[in-house]
Amino acid sequence: MLRLSLLNAGVVGLSLLVLSSGSAGAAEYSLSVDRVKIDTGDFTRTGIGYNGKTPGPVLRFKEGEDVTINVTNNLDESTSIHWHGLILPYQQDGVPGISYDGIDPGETFTYRFPIVQSGTYWFHSHTGFQEPDGAYGSIIIEPKKREPFRYDREYVVQLTDAHPHSGSRIMRNLKRSADYYNRKQETILDFIAEAKEKGLGATIDDRMMWGDMRMMPRDIEDVQGFTPLINGKSSSQNWTGIFKPGERVRLRFINSSAMTYFDIRIPGLKMTVVQADGNNVQPITVDEFRIGVAETYDVIVKADEDKAYAVFAESMGRTASVRATLAPTEGMVAEEPDLREVPRLTMADMGMDHGNMAGMDHGKMSGMDHGNMAGADQSKMAGMDHSNMAGADQSKMAGMDHSKMAGMDQSKMAGMDHSKMAGMDHSNMAGEAKKDDAFYASGSGLVPSAADGGKFLSYSDLKAQKPLYEDREATREIELRLTGNMERYIWSINGVKYEDADPIVLQYGERVRFKFVNETMMTHPMHLHGMWSILDNGNGKWDPIKHTVSVAPGTTVYTETEVDAPGQWAFHCHLSYHAGGGMFRKVIVEGGPKSTSAKPSSVEG
Amino acid sequence: MKNQISRFLILCSVGAMVPSTVIAAEEQLIWGVQFEQFENRFTGDAQSDVMAWDGDALIGTDELKFVVRSEGEFQTRSERLETMETQLRLQKPISTFFDAVAGVRFDTPDGRDRVHGVVGLHGLAPQWFEVDADLFVSDRPSARFEVEYEALITNYLILTPSIELDVPLRDNLDAEVKAWGPKMEVGARLSYDLVDRSVAPYIGVHYERVFGDTLDLREEEGEEGDGLFFVAGLRLMF
Repeated sequence: MLRLSLLNAGVVGLSLLVLSSGSAGAAEYSLSVDRVKIDTGDFTRTGIGYNGKTPGPVLRFKEGEDVTINVTNNLDESTSIHWHGLILPYQQDGVPGISYDGIDPGETFTYRFPIVQSGTYWFHSHTGFQEPDGAYGSIIIEPKKREPFRYDREYVVQLTDAHPHSGSRIMRNLKRSADYYNRKQETILDFIAEAKEKGLGATIDDRMMWGDMRMMPRDIEDVQGFTPLINGKSSSQNWTGIFKPGERVRLRFINSSAMTYFDIRIPGLKMTVVQADGNNVQPITVDEFRIGVAETYDVIVKADEDKAYAVFAESMGRTASVRATLAPTEGMVAEEPDLREVPRLTMADMGMDHGNMAGMDHGKMSGMDHGNMAGADQSKMAGMDHSNMAGADQSKMAGMDHSKMAGMDQSKMAGMDHSKMAGMDHSNMAGEAKKDDAFYASGSGLVPSAADGGKFLSYSDLKAQKPLYEDREATREIELRLTGNMERYIWSINGVKYEDADPIVLQYGERVRFKFVNETMMTHPMHLHGMWSILDNGNGKWDPIKHTVSVAPGTTVYTETEVDAPGQWAFHCHLSYHAGGGMFRKVIVEGGPKSTSAKPSSVEG
Repeated sequence: MKNQISRFLILCSVGAMVPSTVIAAEEQLIWGVQFEQFENRFTGDAQSDVMAWDGDALIGTDELKFVVRSEGEFQTRSERLETMETQLRLQKPISTFFDAVAGVRFDTPDGRDRVHGVVGLHGLAPQWFEVDADLFVSDRPSARFEVEYEALITNYLILTPSIELDVPLRDNLDAEVKAWGPKMEVGARLSYDLVDRSVAPYIGVHYERVFGDTLDLREEEGEEGDGLFFVAGLRLMF
């Protein structure tokens, strides 16, 4: 039985060699890791791919089978493949230095593991910056049982942010100059325009506040200058999926970008989200959704008209976009929408929740020194409870006269009695704020809204179709502050980067509650290997399970994990240069069925 | 510190040759070469035109960097090296935005060999001012303070004003300076990022002036106490 996937136009003609799969219970695959040429239409370069191409092939597994995958390294450097989101023995997880030693040049490594789940996943190199260089592919696992939704055809829609620079060069440039790739910084021309609109004083105050922190409100995408691709094709190369009008089409979105979040919409079509990170969710119909790095979303669209539809992915920082086409026949090109305006981070994204204070009686605040706040220890600020002040529109802040607030001792700020603010006049705020998304800081500059109106998917909307785990109280909580030094491009957890950190030790059988406190201005997609992260989005027993959980700036997000996989695992931010910069941990699971096989790592310290 | 030095040395010795070691999150060696200034300085009088540079090469880690810094002026007409100094500096972070610097500085080529110890600070001050403050320790000590600011007219067209103040703490006749007679250099360079941030051609102005006893000394020797140059050059970063 030859399982050659033709799902992805990008892989047609690839030899995904299936050596033997006589019985339904076992399948063998071969992948070669090769130097490949990348041509985005904007630039060409050499990169890394699988079976001679990037993206690599679509691997189609079946739930319940045992797979054998022979990976041959044709590079002149070590490599590895991590099966992102797959539940498997830790030695098969493919992280050099944690699961195994990696795959040397010329060597063939054989992965063997049972397939215990279904859904949309992906695979990628976990070595150096090979993944940004093109070393990724997709995985579809067919479920044993019928799925609770219907579709007539399906496509993988795999996104990436192909960059003309190699990953190691990008990292080197970021380390020497953190804003190397940021070409959306505020300029003197922006200053003049803003001063005209908001007044010179307010504009100067704003610039001084950010300048005092040595941070940039337009620092949303660290690495710009990329060409987004869908299934290896840029807008001009126009990947096209064919449908017959009236069909239900399942689109398996995978964000394989190194650094880039995308907002995705198909103008003219509603999308029904049926899976998130490979797991069925209660169907929710949306007009647009944001996909974090390493996440997957499966959506079903019903295209009735005999016309070309654009599958449009716009980067969160609005620096680039890619349009693919769904069309009744080849050769049709859907119109590409324009990029929306570049968002601007706010003090809310700094964890300072200024947005929440808008509309407060400023008279009572007199004496607050915002200048001092700007330089304040964020960790202390993060602890301030502004919850009583929710709902204000941050844009009004611009008019606040900061100069009048001079002189307040910052330490007193922490002790501010917020209960006194309950009496403030909320009437001014009516209609100002968008409905809050609990997964963004209130007043955040990153809160998305649907471009053409309608519903934008929120994490809060995700409800498990059928909970995998019994809902129970967590046995303990572990706080992980997501930290970093933006200017030096050092990223860390609890202020300690990977090289200097002790592993996180978990006990088999416990249920751990992770508290992610994002103290940086960047959004971090946190990925725990080997075990599910149950996202606490307030839906109780219907909380969805994910492999990657995005934590927006200035927010605290909780996940819980049933510690059911012995061994040692990686746990990191999935932004390639944040992981490489140290926002990474090893997790050791002690006890459990195969605890003795958890060998101590030889690379710590 | 010992750990950091050994990590630095290991990275320096093997980092470049071994692209992927068995570390889950590989710490990559930081290295690079850049020239903030690489330019011709023109006056009305071609006799005084000079070629000048100010650049560095670095290698290291987050915790410790080794930097070779070179700056100098070359008389294009007389093909004479007017001044050149080379510094070997170790840089170690001491705060979020600042590194402590220790090293040596060699001045070439005229007069006796001049070697100074260097202690200083290098970093980013609030409001994005890039600051260097160095004390050069020898029998002819001096202090130097440099500030640079990048003003973005657009994200590619950048105006970089800079100021450098060099204060001799004792007389140094080889360098034609007297104690407490400072030398000031003020510049403004308008650059355009042509290739990433690797190559940015610029034009600008550069003004030098000496004060105090140093000014008197120069005037006694019939030299000008100040000079205004138009500059054209390249900012480079590789």
